[in-house]
Amino acid sequence: MNEKRITLAYGSGGRLTHQLIKDIFVKHLGNEILYQMNDSAVVTLNGRLAFTTDSYVVSPIFFPGGDIGKLAVNGTVNDLAMVGAEPLYMSLSIIIEEGLSLEELEKIVLSIKDAVEESGVRIVTGDTKVVEKGKADKVFINTSGIGVIPNGIDISGNNAKPDEVIVVSGTIGDHGIAILSARKDLSFSADVKSDTAPLNRLVKKMIEAVPEISALRDPTRGGLATTLNEIAQASNVGIEIEESEIPIKDSVKNACDLLGIDPLYIANEGKLIAIVPKDKADLLVEVMRNSPYGKDARIIGRVTREHPGKVVLITRLGARRLLDMLSGDPLPRIC
Amino acid sequence: MKNLDYNDTQLSKKILSEIKEVSSSLGDITIMEFCGTHTHSIFRFGIRDLLPQNITMLSGPGCPVCVTDNRDIDYSLALAEMPDTIITTFGDMIKVPGSSKSLQDIKAEGKDIRIVYSCMSALEIAEQNPKKNVIFLGVGFETTAPTVAGAIIEAERKGIDNFFVYSMHKLTPPAMRSILELGEVKLNGILGPGHVSTVIGSEAWKFLPDDYKIPIAIAGFDIIDILLGIRALLEMIRDKNPRVMNTYLRAVKPEGNKLAQDMMYEVFEVADSYWRGLGKLPESGLRIKEKYKDFDASKQFPINISEANEHRLCRCGEVIRGVISPLECPLFDEVCSPSNPVGPCMVSSEGTCSAYYLYGVRR
Repeated sequence: MNEKRITLAYGSGGRLTHQLIKDIFVKHLGNEILYQMNDSAVVTLNGRLAFTTDSYVVSPIFFPGGDIGKLAVNGTVNDLAMVGAEPLYMSLSIIIEEGLSLEELEKIVLSIKDAVEESGVRIVTGDTKVVEKGKADKVFINTSGIGVIPNGIDISGNNAKPDEVIVVSGTIGDHGIAILSARKDLSFSADVKSDTAPLNRLVKKMIEAVPEISALRDPTRGGLATTLNEIAQASNVGIEIEESEIPIKDSVKNACDLLGIDPLYIANEGKLIAIVPKDKADLLVEVMRNSPYGKDARIIGRVTREHPGKVVLITRLGARRLLDMLSGDPLPRIC
Repeated sequence: MKNLDYNDTQLSKKILSEIKEVSSSLGDITIMEFCGTHTHSIFRFGIRDLLPQNITMLSGPGCPVCVTDNRDIDYSLALAEMPDTIITTFGDMIKVPGSSKSLQDIKAEGKDIRIVYSCMSALEIAEQNPKKNVIFLGVGFETTAPTVAGAIIEAERKGIDNFFVYSMHKLTPPAMRSILELGEVKLNGILGPGHVSTVIGSEAWKFLPDDYKIPIAIAGFDIIDILLGIRALLEMIRDKNPRVMNTYLRAVKPEGNKLAQDMMYEVFEVADSYWRGLGKLPESGLRIKEKYKDFDASKQFPINISEANEHRLCRCGEVIRGVISPLECPLFDEVCSPSNPVGPCMVSSEGTCSAYYLYGVRR
């Protein structure tokens, strides 16, 4: 098979670089701002801006339910959505390891295109670099995004107040387990797909129905447990969650048992946690459940005055124990 | 037939109330859970808090990384420093501090150290890197040893000559015997290790009732498994009838897994072994037989290790023997935490100190 591969020449800035940008990036991701092709994209914005950046180095780059491209768009879209911002513009920087096939690169770009279309964000600037074999692992992507926050919205991780209620948008741990199951060195398989998804449309509906939402977070690295700890510390409140209320797929649970890891510490890429006044919680859950990415939404706990900065898990049997932040990587047991 | 849900809340509550009833006729009872996975499950389910006041659960030595002696860690580090070497190991091992450094430290310095999830992956790495010596750090109990033996047999069959194992494997019954012989802690019953017993069989624990008049209940790892094990122990204590009770029937047979045992003893033979906290225990480890010496890293790469140092204040040894609780160690939560572990009991996902830390037990 004559498979075309990226060579260092594609990153030279010369003819091949231009060809790559034109034939792959602009072809699939083009819009009137990207077509300007100046050194900077020029856009007009009004209002309070949200600005975020994230780098993506996931391995493997293709996994059940998505790939690094989809992740790179959704991750940044979600970071904007978690402060209530409407994602508008995004940058896309891609670092390619020499030897990646053009076919794989195009597959990633097509997946970026799908993700961009679903969320409605536009890629307005970008960069491509190629490094020698072994200096990167296939593809690294950085995306930055800008969004506008509607008037009257004040959503922040330090806003949680006692007696508010904690809502999660769906099942926990899917992304991390999907990645682990796709890793070659880990000889186990699980029928789990990554949950990577843009949450901005869900958040928009949530904010329209319940503008009083105090805090929104997407529990990515470190999982639900770590994110709740971050909120408890930032807001100087306690948090209590009910183990029996946390939605976890059986397949995720089984995989976690097998690997000796706790699903509460596993990354999610299409889930959010909302903290909301108690009297608005049922309305919020109902609104979320009408949205595809919130259909399994439910209340899992509450904010307390007691034990500020700490998260307590109430187990199925009614025992209470501390749910700490993740320390280090969750490692499988060996006995 | 409906399968039993081993996390069923109603059933758990029922067994818990039976535990309370049996224990009400008993004095103070101390039960040691041998296995580190039990320790973590017990904390995760909040079982300690739910047990009656007179029942104390004590964590035992069943954490393979924790009981690995410092000189073995130092040896592993020395192996990693050799040129053209790839070290393969389970995740927990790379953070354990040896006399001066951890594998993680020298990985950051550029040594090739890779985390694998099975010894077979290490063998694959050896096949893919024929010019390198690929050494697998063999840590674990009877659960892990058969698959390591399998990898060595496979390496011989395929004629792979750059694959080696540094065997630090240990046998669990001698450690249990040693703790009882030391007599530092008074135990009324033992919660037996589920995974280990699937390999060695429930009969391997007969010496506990026979020689020490102590009951053992072999248990699985879900809430109901653990509660059933504790209930069985309390009943045997009440009836003064110490036996081996297998409450993990869906996995453990009296004779264990013969196939796994045969594979293990095809490659390994029983030898004396050094345990952190317990010292040199006779016939408590597994070394690679002469027949397979080509795969034995300790024979192929003999290295002189100078006397191992341990942190002056680290009390992992006593934690392993159940003599002190992690809270009695001056380093716990002061300088020693999962992010900055001083001893292996804080590193391992099966370690007692890490269980105390992660599940919020503080002074």
